[in-house]
Amino acid sequence: MSQGLINMAYIGATILFILALGGLSKQETARRGNILGMIGMGIALVVTVVGLVTRNYELLFGAMIIGGIIGFVAAKKVEMTQMPELVAILHSLVGLAAMLVGYANFLSHAVEYVGVEKTIHDIETYLGILIGSLTFSGSVVAYLKLSGKWGGKPLLLPARHWLNLILLILAIYFGYAFVIETASGNGIQPLIFMTVIALLFGIHMVAAIGGADMPVVVSMLNSYSGWAAAALGFMLANDLLIVIGALVGSSGAILSYIMCRAMNRNFISVIAGGFGTGTSSTGPAIEVEGEVIATSAEELASQLTSAKEVMIIPGYGMAVAQAQHMVSDIAKILRKKNVNVRFGIHPVAGRMPGHMNVLLAEAKVPYDIVFEMDEINEDFPKVDVSIVIGANDIVNPAAQEVPDSPIAGMPVLEPWNGKRTIVLKRGMATGYAGVENPLFYKENTRMLFGDARDSLEAVFRAIDS
Amino acid sequence: MLIGIPKESSKGERRVATTPDAAQQLQKLGYDVILETGAGDSSKFRDIDYESVGVKISDSKKEIFETADIILKVREPSEEESKLLREGQIFISFLAPAQNPELLKELADKKVNALAVESIPRISRAQKMDALSSMANIAGYRAIVEASQYFGRFFTGQITAAGKIPPAKVLVIGAGVAGLAAIGAAKSMGAIVRAFDTRPEVKEQVESMDGEFLMLDFEEEGSGSGGYAKVMSKEFIEAEMALFAEQAKDVDIIVTTALIPGKPAPELITEDMVKSMREGSVIVDLAAAMGGNCRLSEADKVVEKHGVSIIGYTDLPSRLPTQSSQLYATNLRHLITDMTPEKDGEITIDFEDEAIRGATVTMAGEITFPPPAPKLSAAPAKKEPPVENVQPKNDAEKKETGWLPFILGGAAFCGLGLVAPASFVAHFTVFILACFVGYMVIWNVTPALHTPLMSVTNAISSIIIIGALLQISAPDPWVIWLSGFAVLITSINIFGGFAVTQRMLDMFRK
Repeated sequence: MSQGLINMAYIGATILFILALGGLSKQETARRGNILGMIGMGIALVVTVVGLVTRNYELLFGAMIIGGIIGFVAAKKVEMTQMPELVAILHSLVGLAAMLVGYANFLSHAVEYVGVEKTIHDIETYLGILIGSLTFSGSVVAYLKLSGKWGGKPLLLPARHWLNLILLILAIYFGYAFVIETASGNGIQPLIFMTVIALLFGIHMVAAIGGADMPVVVSMLNSYSGWAAAALGFMLANDLLIVIGALVGSSGAILSYIMCRAMNRNFISVIAGGFGTGTSSTGPAIEVEGEVIATSAEELASQLTSAKEVMIIPGYGMAVAQAQHMVSDIAKILRKKNVNVRFGIHPVAGRMPGHMNVLLAEAKVPYDIVFEMDEINEDFPKVDVSIVIGANDIVNPAAQEVPDSPIAGMPVLEPWNGKRTIVLKRGMATGYAGVENPLFYKENTRMLFGDARDSLEAVFRAIDS
Repeated sequence: MLIGIPKESSKGERRVATTPDAAQQLQKLGYDVILETGAGDSSKFRDIDYESVGVKISDSKKEIFETADIILKVREPSEEESKLLREGQIFISFLAPAQNPELLKELADKKVNALAVESIPRISRAQKMDALSSMANIAGYRAIVEASQYFGRFFTGQITAAGKIPPAKVLVIGAGVAGLAAIGAAKSMGAIVRAFDTRPEVKEQVESMDGEFLMLDFEEEGSGSGGYAKVMSKEFIEAEMALFAEQAKDVDIIVTTALIPGKPAPELITEDMVKSMREGSVIVDLAAAMGGNCRLSEADKVVEKHGVSIIGYTDLPSRLPTQSSQLYATNLRHLITDMTPEKDGEITIDFEDEAIRGATVTMAGEITFPPPAPKLSAAPAKKEPPVENVQPKNDAEKKETGWLPFILGGAAFCGLGLVAPASFVAHFTVFILACFVGYMVIWNVTPALHTPLMSVTNAISSIIIIGALLQISAPDPWVIWLSGFAVLITSINIFGGFAVTQRMLDMFRK
């Protein structure tokens, strides 16, 4: 196969990948987009295997089939609540692969460059391996944190910023040493040193990030895996890799930005670490007036059936209590009774961007009644009953009312503008941010204490009877 | 314990302290109920209705006072009734404790434990027993009904074959419970309703009833404690009077409900204002019992002055006896439920309970009025200046550094351009353009699909597999095995990523 034909096929694949991402702009086109992505991947693989691979087919197909089966089984078996873990572990594989490909390329000496081109190529290799290793170890730690095998508390080493700086200087130094040594055909030593440093840096970086900031970390690692691919693309002089790397890299970066904005965090301070818990203790205590009024499942049921507009605000606590199916059933039965039920989703309601939407979709909540915060926040004055399930900080009026609160300025859902808010909660504990929530004390708020799933089951029975 | 319901003895009082429904609920709490014959007649509850739910009927007031442990009434005890009260008996009714110190003293001397329902504090928990609000609600409604009898026109505007009829204009002064009820009633009859109150926080409530809230161009808040109004400064009152004088010329009906607890009603409508009103206009003075908001109103009478009918009835709730008895009986029933925590028919007066402490005016020979003041107001706690400037610092920083990235970026590009070979520049062009394409495409992705976006980008970033494929055919065994392993793990990613994305997208259904 001629190189020209191969390149044309790569352009075709690139277009298909862009269409795949474009398709995600709407639920209606998303499935078709994903299929286009698969076709693009198929074209790229077939063309490469047919056109450029000359031997070792057994190893290639063996590895592909085994890998494919593992991936397929994992994809079918994963629980939707575990999506963040799966995504984190898949990121680590991208990082590991980038690392391996970088090493393989370094060892094979397939193309010999000279002069500036050689220096640039060396730097590309070095960067590819660096980002790959960082993504790998960082994602593994993220996976461990998300699956609860590593505590959610940030690891705060003394002088951690200095430590990071030293690691960075070392990485630059070894990069310099690498470029010098490759001239004489060596360079494996600095490369290995750098890899160790990058791995340590990845571990330290994610370990220092608090549990609440995990959505940012997951999107950030997503971005890194893209940049790793782009760096390899430069190394291999392959435009397909460059384009895909850039697409994925910017996608992850945008998601990180959206998450940071939704949590009112500065991206740099999240990366610098220790943000998830540190601020909570220093936050001033808010003086909350009023009293907490408890309610019962039966009362909630009667309010729901007599309401016209109901807004459900789920938080991750709903997923923890496995209550999403019960929520879906309640929404369904209310809709049958001509109650307009809608869902209001805060960007960080789940543990990764868009996680809550997936959980609700899995529970068969139709996506056209699920709305983003910005779409529905202004509708609250018309809402008769808002139900907050397992959420806290994302409905905290202190973000708007208390200027020196740790979460001041964070965009929040505003159920208190509605006629009645019911909060389902285990107890009066604070959320990730560690801030008192004045919403619970508002005159039109009622609390329904207990396990969300049990409470909602009782509500469902009361509505159904 | 036995609950006794005597027939109301005050002239013109048509209400009764319990209804058959409420009596049934009281029996469920473990009480027996005895009723004086004919007590419910004027509010259309017959003796037979009470008897059918198990209430004992007695034709002797004396018997009721002698046997009952708890007496429920609407009005304060008459002289005759006071004499019949016994030591340790619990007496619950409207008592106007602030205006009736002698009565309190008499009750305390007789060691009667008296609860005044109007002293129940206005806290959320006690709303269900707030008889004052129930009665005010009825009074507000009835005020409009009374006004309509003396008003010679429609309330609603109409355009008929016989000409255009303008809607009546109603001004409600004091938007408390009664005021709001009046606004609602007048509005539902089609009138244009305006309302004024010294407490700015009721503006929303007025507007929620479709009334127009008249603002005074004056900075002073009239919210006192417990959701009531307080006395305003002299300047405020002058501004307020100017507003009323102006409105009086324009409106057809004025309903005044301005009361300050424990003080004579403020005079708001002067004789001159009445004179300036149109012939046939109506004033309903709900504060007539406390001296009246209108100079010319006379308690319990309708007078016509300067062509304006001024209604000064003080018994408006009693003029809707069935409704008010129902609400009053329910309020009392809630009060007694709270006082019977064990539901065993044994009443307790618990001074720890804010609502019951507030209501109790005499206890074991002591006068316990006034209670310690409740602190809650319907007004939101006073806020610090609005939260506009939460992040001014960040904005400023952004402005200062706005150009720096561009300059640095430009310099970096120039530097690269000077040294980099052509092949690199070509790839770099592709890279930068791809970043922009990515930026455009990704911002278009709906936030609901961010998780599928991440899993699909995961799958396609495994395009790194191409790098492994390019090298798997190399001679070096190290390279082969490294590449082979890379193929394995990227395959996991490709298949896993696409499959899980498809699985998720399949879940998104309408």
